[in-house]
Amino acid sequence: MMDSLALHLPALLVAIPLFTAFLIPLAGRAGDTARSALVLLGAALTSLAGLALAARVFARGTVLYVFGAAAPHAAIPMDSGGIPIRIIFQVDALGALMVVIASLSSLAIALYSLAAESRQSGKDGFYSMLFLLVTGVLGMVSTGDLFNFFVFLEISSLAGAALVAYRIDKGEAVEGGLKYALLSTVGALSVLMAIGILFAQYNALNIATVASRLRFGSLDMIALVLLAVPLAMKCGAVPMHFWTPDTYTTAPSSITALLVVSSQASLYGLFRILFTLYGDLLRFNWAVFGWFLVILGALSAFVGVTMAIPQKDVKRLMAYHAVSQTGYMLLGVGVGLAVFADAGALAAYGKTAMAGGLFHIINHAMYKGLLFLTAGAVFYRTGTRNLNRLGGLGHAMPWTMVFFMIGALAIAGIPPFNGFASKLLIYESVFRFSPFLAILAMVVSILTLASFVKVFHSMFMGPPRAEFAGVREVPAPMIAGMAILAAFVILAGLVPQVFVDRMIAPAVNALVDRAGYIAAILGGH
Amino acid sequence: MITRLLLAMPFLTVAVLLLLALGALLFKRNLIKMLMGLSLMESAVNLFLVAIGYRQDGVAPIFTNVPQTLMVLPTVQALTLTAIVIGVATSAMMLSFAMVIYKKYGTVDVRNIRKLNG
Repeated sequence: MMDSLALHLPALLVAIPLFTAFLIPLAGRAGDTARSALVLLGAALTSLAGLALAARVFARGTVLYVFGAAAPHAAIPMDSGGIPIRIIFQVDALGALMVVIASLSSLAIALYSLAAESRQSGKDGFYSMLFLLVTGVLGMVSTGDLFNFFVFLEISSLAGAALVAYRIDKGEAVEGGLKYALLSTVGALSVLMAIGILFAQYNALNIATVASRLRFGSLDMIALVLLAVPLAMKCGAVPMHFWTPDTYTTAPSSITALLVVSSQASLYGLFRILFTLYGDLLRFNWAVFGWFLVILGALSAFVGVTMAIPQKDVKRLMAYHAVSQTGYMLLGVGVGLAVFADAGALAAYGKTAMAGGLFHIINHAMYKGLLFLTAGAVFYRTGTRNLNRLGGLGHAMPWTMVFFMIGALAIAGIPPFNGFASKLLIYESVFRFSPFLAILAMVVSILTLASFVKVFHSMFMGPPRAEFAGVREVPAPMIAGMAILAAFVILAGLVPQVFVDRMIAPAVNALVDRAGYIAAILGGH
Repeated sequence: MITRLLLAMPFLTVAVLLLLALGALLFKRNLIKMLMGLSLMESAVNLFLVAIGYRQDGVAPIFTNVPQTLMVLPTVQALTLTAIVIGVATSAMMLSFAMVIYKKYGTVDVRNIRKLNG
């Protein structure tokens, strides 16, 4: 029983949130308690499936799941005619890392939402959409099929846009949602076009199969641009970051935290395309694309933080910081990609840089999620996000203040929090690649710290204000949601080496092991 | 020559549709017209998918009364159906966004839909 359950984990990972999403309106008819119970149960089971699957991948290597085949782990069953015609989920260590991020965040966010949205109407649709967004994200990071990736990308985009616009808020939220939906749809159509171009040439949709047949002609390069640009846009890299502040600001805070995770699923897609699909060591100009990521990353880091400093709206400020932090991930992985053809440099600092970049993905999801949730907690009690009007909340909301401090110190890269662990890996390796970029990264960190000191000061410090006299601490479920993320921030900061050895190093190896990814499907090296 | 031209026609149509769609998205100020452009773009991509799946004298794999054993796996046709369904959902959602924006702002001119700035 347990064995067959474990065998079907990749399918359950998507099936559980999908079924929960469509059961919620039914449970909602039975009342608020039933719906809340179902939300909790669905989120807990999804996380459980995600963590169990990730544990399996980290212990035994890549997990395959062939939908509709007699034996789910046989990549090419007898009746397939020697080619993988079925949809295959292929979760390697990199995918497993993303599954861990999505599992932990979605559990924390579901808990938080139960209290934060308790006074709102239309909860059936809200939670249905929330679980659809989780489905989309989990599907994107575990699928081994190009078209399937497109479908999950669209599921997450549509659910995300609907959630951003869900609380209409005089039209502003709809404006943010419309922007997000428009860009996502154009981006997804470009991805679909690229998939069509690849399918026309190679008669396959399976990523490993297409990768093994890729000839790097001019059509393939067009497809690469059509794939890479929308995904870079969806992860919010400068100069395609313009949607992030509007969308992140207008969405409900719990949803913003989830959108951060969904944008990182796009980042995963970008890495998968560059490394696995196009990453042929002999025929591919690594340095060019490495520098492409490095420049994108350095620009994002610097432009993001300079745009963040003057913001008055706390969520808008955090949104620009999200752009800035994405820059670190691109910088780390980009440096690794740029020196990929040079085995000596790769071993000396390239892999460390990639490890820093990937570690920063999970760290960022946790502390930035935490920060958005604290901003939501403040908004929940005070009804404003304007930093000039907030103040003196430290007395009334001690827990929120502590969580905010943890998140702020982590994002600024102060030990002993997780942001420091990954930034240190990035600094020391990027310094050996280019001292200028390392110094730029440190300057961005200092500016980030300055910016968050200001926010901390204007939200929590000072005497209690008369207009916030009735403000109390937020309800327990919201604190619990924030506590899950805060616990990870502290844990990964105290024992970073455990995380690096167990999760990040395998993920880096999975990222660069193109032959291994292909062999998992087609067999043989 | 003429057959080759005929076979290229779908792809030329795709190119024309894509250009029209991009033109509408970039240069139209009316939100509804921009959404029409988006819809055109969806159609262009769908047509592209169907066009690459065309095989001359190909037979769909329906196993009753097949004239020959060679059949075409209708993968792209399946993809197109999925893409159409997604496209309908997208259009419906975005048009409802446009309706809400018209109700709240009193306009669908994107130059006036600018509450979020900075």
